[in-house]
Formats: sequence, C-alpha cells, structure tokens
Amino acid sequence: MYDFNYHKPSSSNAAASAVAGADDGKFLAGGQTLLPTMKQRLAMPSDLVDLAGCDLSGVRVDGDNLVIGAMTTHDAVATSAEVQAHIPGLAALAAGIGDQQVRNRGTIGGSVANNDPAADYPAACLALGATIHTDRRTITAEDFFTGMFDTALDEGELITAIAFPKPAACAYQKFPNPASRYALVGVMVAKTGGGVRVAVTGAGENGVFRAAEIEAALGANFSADAAAGAAVSADGLNSDLHASAEYRAHLVGVMASRAVAAC
Amino acid sequence: MPDGINTGIGASVTRVEDYRFLTGQGTYTDDINRPGQAYAYILRSPHAHARINGIDTTAAGAADGVVAIYTGADMQTGGLPCGWLIHSRDGSPMHEPPHPPLAQGKVRCLGDQVAIVIADSLSQAKAAAELIEVDYDVLPAVVDMKAAAGGGTLVHDDIGTNVCYDWVIGEEGDVDAALAGSAHVTEIDIVNNRLIANAMEPRAAVSDFDRATGEYTLYTTTQNPHVIRLLMGAFVLSIPEHKLRIVAPDVGGGFGSKIFHYAEEAILTWAAGKLARPIKWTAERSESFMTDAQGRDHVTTAKLGLDANGKFTALKVETMANMGAYLSTFASSVPTYLYATLLAGCYTTPVIFANVKAIFTNTVPVDAYRGAGRPEATYLLERIVNKAAKEMNLDPVEIRTRNFIPSDAFPYQTPVALQYDSGDYMATLKRAQELHDTAGFAARRAEAEARGKKLGLGYSTYLEACGIAPSAVAGALGARAGLYESAEVRVHPTGSVTIFTGTHSHGQGHETTFAQLVSERLGVPLENIEISHGDTNRVQFGMGTYGSRSLAVGGVALDKALDKIEAKAKKIAAHILEASTEDLEFNDGNFTVAGTDKAMAFGEVALAAYVPHNYPIDEIEPGLDEQAFYDPANFTYPGGCHICEVEIDPATGVTEVTKFTAVDDVGRVINPMIVAGQVHGGVAQGIGQALLEEAIYDPEGQLLTGSYMDYCMPRADNLPSIQVAHETTLCTHNSLGVKGCGEVGAIGSPPAVINAVLDALTDFGVEDIAMPATPARVWQAIQDAKA
Ligand SMILES: Cc1cc2nc3c(=O)[nH]c(=O)nc-3n(C[C@H](O)[C@H](O)[C@H](O)COP(=O)(O)OP(=O)(O)OC[C@H]3O[C@@H](n4cnc5c(N)ncnc54)[C@H](O)[C@@H]3O)c2cc1C
Repeated sequence: MYDFNYHKPSSSNAAASAVAGADDGKFLAGGQTLLPTMKQRLAMPSDLVDLAGCDLSGVRVDGDNLVIGAMTTHDAVATSAEVQAHIPGLAALAAGIGDQQVRNRGTIGGSVANNDPAADYPAACLALGATIHTDRRTITAEDFFTGMFDTALDEGELITAIAFPKPAACAYQKFPNPASRYALVGVMVAKTGGGVRVAVTGAGENGVFRAAEIEAALGANFSADAAAGAAVSADGLNSDLHASAEYRAHLVGVMASRAVAAC
Repeated sequence: MPDGINTGIGASVTRVEDYRFLTGQGTYTDDINRPGQAYAYILRSPHAHARINGIDTTAAGAADGVVAIYTGADMQTGGLPCGWLIHSRDGSPMHEPPHPPLAQGKVRCLGDQVAIVIADSLSQAKAAAELIEVDYDVLPAVVDMKAAAGGGTLVHDDIGTNVCYDWVIGEEGDVDAALAGSAHVTEIDIVNNRLIANAMEPRAAVSDFDRATGEYTLYTTTQNPHVIRLLMGAFVLSIPEHKLRIVAPDVGGGFGSKIFHYAEEAILTWAAGKLARPIKWTAERSESFMTDAQGRDHVTTAKLGLDANGKFTALKVETMANMGAYLSTFASSVPTYLYATLLAGCYTTPVIFANVKAIFTNTVPVDAYRGAGRPEATYLLERIVNKAAKEMNLDPVEIRTRNFIPSDAFPYQTPVALQYDSGDYMATLKRAQELHDTAGFAARRAEAEARGKKLGLGYSTYLEACGIAPSAVAGALGARAGLYESAEVRVHPTGSVTIFTGTHSHGQGHETTFAQLVSERLGVPLENIEISHGDTNRVQFGMGTYGSRSLAVGGVALDKALDKIEAKAKKIAAHILEASTEDLEFNDGNFTVAGTDKAMAFGEVALAAYVPHNYPIDEIEPGLDEQAFYDPANFTYPGGCHICEVEIDPATGVTEVTKFTAVDDVGRVINPMIVAGQVHGGVAQGIGQALLEEAIYDPEGQLLTGSYMDYCMPRADNLPSIQVAHETTLCTHNSLGVKGCGEVGAIGSPPAVINAVLDALTDFGVEDIAMPATPARVWQAIQDAKA
C-alpha cells in the first residue's frame, strides 16, 4: 500500500469537497474492494475520504419506495425489517453477498459505485427500476450502469442513497462462481408496475443487462417453464476459466426459472 | 496409566498443541523479530521466459531506507540442489540444469527471483523495488508438456532438450506380450490436474548472522530443518553445520510444499551474512500462488489387460510429468519411485511396465504435494479399473475383489519393486460398504431421481507406501540422502521428559501422539512430557516430516530410544531394589520385584540416575538420556477403501458430495481423533482436487489462477460429514506396528469422487470427465454426450 491522506468528514457535503480538493481523492465506504486493490498497489489514491461519519446509512420507506442509504451494509439490508417486509427478495440477495465479514463491512453504495460485473446489487437495481441518488442528481438504474466497472457517476460524485420502488413480487437466484462466490450468473426477476423485468448479472461482457427474451416470455406467461423455455443467446456473454458463454446463457434460463418459482 | 486416565496408545487425547493454536499464541516465523531487523522484498519476473540484458538498481539503491540491493551478479553461490538422481532408460543421468537462487541472465518462470531489496521497512523495500529497471528480452514460453517434449523452445538452452529424464520400470516386452494375449484391453487417457498447496501460513524467513560467533541463524517455514541445513549449508552457501542453525518454529501447514529448499532461504541467509543484520521476508498470498512448488500435473495413457474372467494380466503406463522450470528438491523422485512403484495397487497384476518422461516447462517447479506420486498412481488405477469393469460388464466391486491380493498372500512381492508386508483389502472394502450402507444406495438413488437429481456411487480401493526406506535401497535408486529418523529421550532428574525428534509437526499433532508413546511406555503423565522439534541446535538430526513418515519412522526411532531408557532404568532400579533385572517388572511407571512388595517409581529411578549415590557406577554411567536412529527395513503400506456418493443437478451441473466413507488400514492407531482429523483433511484435499482445484497457466506462462478469486479451495460447505473407520493389520517390520495416516485421505479419495460422478452421469452416456469436475465441465459433458 502506498501512503495516502485519510479524512473522516461528518457530512456528505464535506466528503464531496474533500474529494474535490484532493489530487486523486476517493470515497471509502466498506473498503472491501478499495482496500485490497490498494494493498496490491493497483490503486494509489492520494486521499481517502471515509464516509462512515456522513450519516448515509439506514433504510426508510418513502411512499412506494424503499430508500436505502449508500452506507447501509449488506448485513443491515439483509436483516432490515423494512426490507424483509417490502422487498424480501432484496433482503435475500444481500444475505447472499460474500461472507458474513464482508457483509458486515461492504455497503450498497460501494457495490453500486464499483459496478463489478459479477456483483449482485446491480441486478436488483436494474430489475426493480431503482433510482440512484447522488449529491448532484438522480440517475435511473438504466442510465447508471454503463459497462464493466463503469457507471454514469462523474468525477467526485457521491452516491447518497438508492431508491427501490416496491415490486408486486421479486426473487433473485445466484449461481456462484465456485472460487470467488461472486455471481457467475445472477438473475433478478421482478413483477413491477412497468411489467415483468429480468436483470442478469455476472454473465454479460458489459455488466448487468436486462434479458429481453425472458421478459417477453414471462410477460405472456409468468411461469418457471416459460422462463426456462426462453432461449437466451450466448452472444455478448462472458467466456472465461469458469464458464463458457453457452453455459452462462443456459444458466441464465435456469436461474430465471428458479427465480420465478421463488417469486 | 497414571491416575487411571488413559493417555497412552489408542486414547483420543485432546491435542496438547491446540490451546496454543486456537488462542492465537503459536509462534510462527513471521512472529519472530530480531533486534535491528531489516525487511526484504523479492523482485520477481513478470515473464515466464526472458533474457535479462541488464538490471539498473541506481535509482532504487538511492531510495529512502534502502540497506542493500542484490542481484544474481552479486550472489554467485551454488545452485539449489535436487535430492534424487534418476537415470534414463539409456543409462544416462537426468539433466540437472543449474537452479540459481537469484536469476543469472535468464528467468524461466513467472515469479523467478530477479533481485532482493533490503530496507528498513517493508514498504520502503517495495517502493524501491519499483525503481529497479530490468531490461528483459521476452522469449516465447513453453507451457504445454507435449509441446515441450517435442523440442522447440528450450527452458534450459544448455541441455538441448526439455526432457529431464526418460525412465522406465518393468519389462516392456513382457507387458506387450501379455497385453497381446489378453481377452480384453482397456485403454484410458488421464490427466492429473495441477494443484497449489495453499498452506494457511505463507512461506516466510528471518535470517540472522552473529559476527562475534560467525553463526548464521535462519528461521524458516520448513517441514525439515536439518535437510535445509544440509542442502543450503553444503551445496548453496558453503556454511558448515556447526555455524548454521535452522529453526522451523510453529508452521501453519505444509502439505509437502514446505519440504523443499527454496531460493529465498538461501538469499536471506547469504544477505544476512553480508550485512551482519537480521532480515525478514514473508510471502504475500499472491507470491505463494506464484512461487510455492505446485503438485501433480501428469498426463498419462495406460492399457490394462484382462482375461476373460476379468483378472488383470498386465498394465502398461506412459506418463509425462511436469517438472516446471527447475528441479525442486524431491521433484525427480515423485513421478518415478513414488508413483510407478505403486502401480500394482492392491491388485495381483502380474506384469507392469511404466515409462515416465519428466518435462521442463516455463512454470513454477512441481514437487511433492500430499501423497506425492501415490495419488497419481491411485487415480490412474482406480479409474482404469472402473472403466474395465464397465467394458466387461462387471460390477466395480466384483472386478476389484477378483483382483485383490488375498490377505494370506503377504509378504507380497509386486512386479514394480515393492514388497508389501501386510494388508486385508477385503476387510476394508466390506467394512466401508457396511458403514456407507451401499445396500441402501438404490433406494437413495430413486429418491434423488424423483427430485430430478442424479445420484452416483464411486469406489476407490487404494494402496500406498509411506516412510520411504530403507536408506540403502533408496540410495541405490538415486536418493542422495538417508531416510532414517532420530529421537532422543532426555529424562530429567525429577522424572519429567523432553523428547527431541528429527520430525517436524506442522499440523500433524506430534506433540500429542509422540507424548502418548512416552506416556504409554514410561507411565509419565502427558503434562510432564515435552516434544522438542524444529531447531537444529536442539535436535540431534533428522530428515523431517513428509510422506507420512513421522510416526512410521520417527515414532519408531522414539520407541527404540525408549527401549534404551527402560533398559537402563531397569538396571538402576534393580541395583537399588537389590534384585536382578530379570525379576523386575515395569508397569504404569513403577518398577516392582515379582513376588515382593518392593517397588520404585520411574521418577525415583530418574533422580537416582542424576544423584548417583546408591548406583551401579561400575556398570553404567550416570544420567538417563538416550538416543536412537532408526532406518526402517521397508516402506509401510497403508491401504483401504473410500466410497463416495454424489448428487448431481443435471440442470446446472452442480455436484454435491452427499456421503463419504473412508475405511483405512493405517496400522496401529495411537490417537484415533488425530487420525480421523488427518483423514478428514486429506479427503477434503482429495475432494478439492476432484471437484474444485486447478492451477491454470495461459500459453505465455501467466498463472490464471493466481488468487482465491480464481483458484477454488474447498470450503466447509463443499464437504459432507466424512465417516472414518479403521480395519487394522499391523506393520510387520516396525516395533509399533504403525503404517502412517497423513496422506491416505488425499490418495484414496479423488478417484472415488470421479467414479461417483461418472456413475451419476451414466444415464446421459458420459464416459469420461476431467478433474476438477466443475459444474461447467459436468454440464458440458452432458451436452456433449447428448450431441
Ligand atoms: C471476499 C469478498 C467477497 C465478496 N463477495 C461478493 C459477492 O458475492 N457479491 C457482491 O456483489 N459483492 C461481493 N463482494 C464485494 C463487496 O460486497 C462490496 O460490495 C464491494 O467490495 C464494495 O463495497 P464497499 O462498501 O466495500 O466499497 P469500497 O471498497 O469502500 O469502495 C468501492 C468503490 O466505490 C467507491 N464508493 C464507495 N462508496 C461510494 C459512494 N457512496 N459514492 C460514490 N462512490 C463510492 C469507492 O471510492 C471505491 O472506488 C465481495 C468482497 C469481498 C472482499
């Protein structure tokens, strides 16, 4: 790890200005991704601005939305009574991220900002039609996830919360990479006001995406068989050590049908 | 036993070392800090194969806190030696290219050592290392063994080939004739996947040099401190034994990967001498992935001949074994004397021929990993036997029982050099079937079928060989060291005991098992017994711990030293009790004179030995301290039966091990709980090899599985509750009757798992699958069979 300056501001405004004022400042949330990359000397920010004191954590119900503060840990989401009552599929997703230590530290804001192509939350954001709130604006999930490890966030822009519209039903099914246990394929199926939405993480070359074939099949007939029967193309899916694009395409169907069954 | 508590042979005593380990109070190499210590960072090659045109350390040398930077140009010492000389079939000795601790003009694998940066702090050393400019000419790398064997890119230019040796055992003509005359011949192509040991504690070293005494000290994560002293002192650095102290303190797992003499040990010791300053180096996890010697990596084709009744007539095996870029300490022996000599297994195959080609590639060295050669042999045999059963329409159990060496046939001479002393393969098989409830399998399978899952059952009836011996035979076969073990029993004046053993415990529980041997013999309670190991300045000598040799060789050495203690103590007691030694009995720590009430406790005898007032001084010396070296007459031969049951989800290819039974014959069991723990761990590693683990290099020699993100270690939820039991036949040639248990789990289990997977996939017509049988591979195999 290289040396860096450490800041612990007590408001999100102060945090944003600390990053703005630094040479190469970075927000520090749970540190589960950022610190390992720094230890391996793959990242060398000049300043770390710790968000722990910025009052960004917590879950609240706001009309038809569940609003989760950016610094809310995966464990807090998994065990939140509000999340379990209103979007149980989201609580279950959070409970399946990493291991307990990771869930105790890792945050929803960090996960979404990082947009790891194998992370779980992006699938929930996209399937549920979430809105990402930042210190500058609101961004729809559709516009937010722009590619592998890439988002619509501008330099120094801070995620403050994520608002999830409550679905009629939703479920997430994750096929873990045997080694890392991130999603080799993860599928969130949601019945929303805007129809059935199916988002896939882990599989796409450009990160999370919506599976149009499955959405169409489920729109016509919301059943596990319909999901399994909707052929997903392997084009644009990842092939790597752990899985071929064909296998991933197949798993998308299997996970989608299992998610439907769990809805 | 003392106070009626059984702490002797056969008792499941809680491990003495556990308190220390479980409360985080062990002392590992990285816990050791010397006054004024500097820190080392090793600059490693980012290329698998490159010429070094120059190294510019000017800027780095001027960086903050830098004490010294050394490259291969500075360190002109001996190379790292290989401990076993193999001869090729044409009589020529194997190629032994130099293995310099710091690269000399060329790097030959990813992670090869290019320079050492020593600084006041580790982060200063790392920062300086980034300023070193190495001018590389990147060369094409050769990673695939078949390509390497064919020539082209050479790992070592000077030897003109990538074939280290081309070795044979057995008569090829006899085997070809027997195959030609066989009713059926089964052929198989088998890959034994390459593994990374992943000990919990990464390798580390702290070196020191005392200018006043001229003594070097190296604390290091090794399984065999005396071997390191011998290899490094005599071959690499020319430091005589009396000026070189090696300490292996608590070591957090080795699994073979910490047997070998590594470059970092030599570089640190040498540099400490130059600087007269202690230096610490601790591998990061990614360095462990990259530079710890890896395991397995065989590519084999084999033919098994059978007569019309399914009796094996002959076995012919052709294997290519990856050596990596350099010969590691025991690398050459693993695919020869620890592999091909095991190809009879527990079967009566009359003629066997094996040809092994050892191949250099631009990858990190491959050497012994838990089981070392024997898992490769077992995997091959147990897979080909199952395949033969299928082809001949025989039940996999039936084909095995028809070919078992019968229990009354011992000693049994195999056609591949080994002579087995004892075993009862039918007994372990039957017991395993009962425990596993194989009779209930059909019902379990039907139940799984109803849930859309496929259940499979797989057998492995294996045999292995532990405690390489005797030295003279090993020497004749090319071993450059003896393979005995030593023990010293030092009875203190008040009757407490310190044992000095040349073996080393890094998870095996010697501090408990060896103390139980002493408690059994001398009646001394465990808390009065200390096991000292790992320090060449305390322990007389030893060959260390690997190959399940600690109890089978080291324990027997201890037993011999205890014989001497008992004999001497008896003379002292006889003198004091005014009886003849023949009339003395020694039980539960008391000497008694038969037919009288005269008695003397062992502790009193110990005191008399050190306060020799009333003492047979003309006959024996004072003191009670005895040493023994034991060179076994033969290997020991554990064996057994592993049965695995898997449930496969055909929709995803996920394989779950639902039931696993291991019935092993490890000879006499000293501590059943420790043995069960060894079997559990070994089976976990075997399941890891079969389903999860694989080291993969890309064609440029970059390690693709260089972290836990990509290299899949078994976790608790990958494992079933493993049922362990024993069917014991005693080793006939050692005084304890013990055979060794450290590797049986890893040796026996992989083929049981794969045979179970293939059994589960029978309906789909899948006939072969490679390890690890990951979900992706299982799913693909089903698709391919459908197509
Ligand atoms: C062993 C392990 C296993 C894991 N398994 C999984 C898994 O199964 N599934 C999964 O989805 N994830 C997994 N993760 C990732 C983890 O859950 C975190 O979500 C992830 O590391 C990022 O969250 P964090 O709070 O730790 O962010 P940090 O590491 O602190 O930050 C990550 C990045 O986001 C930026 N950032 C953080 N917060 C904000 C914000 N509010 N606004 C703008 N930018 C911000 C940081 O500057 C940094 O660039 C795993 C991690 C580990 C270490």
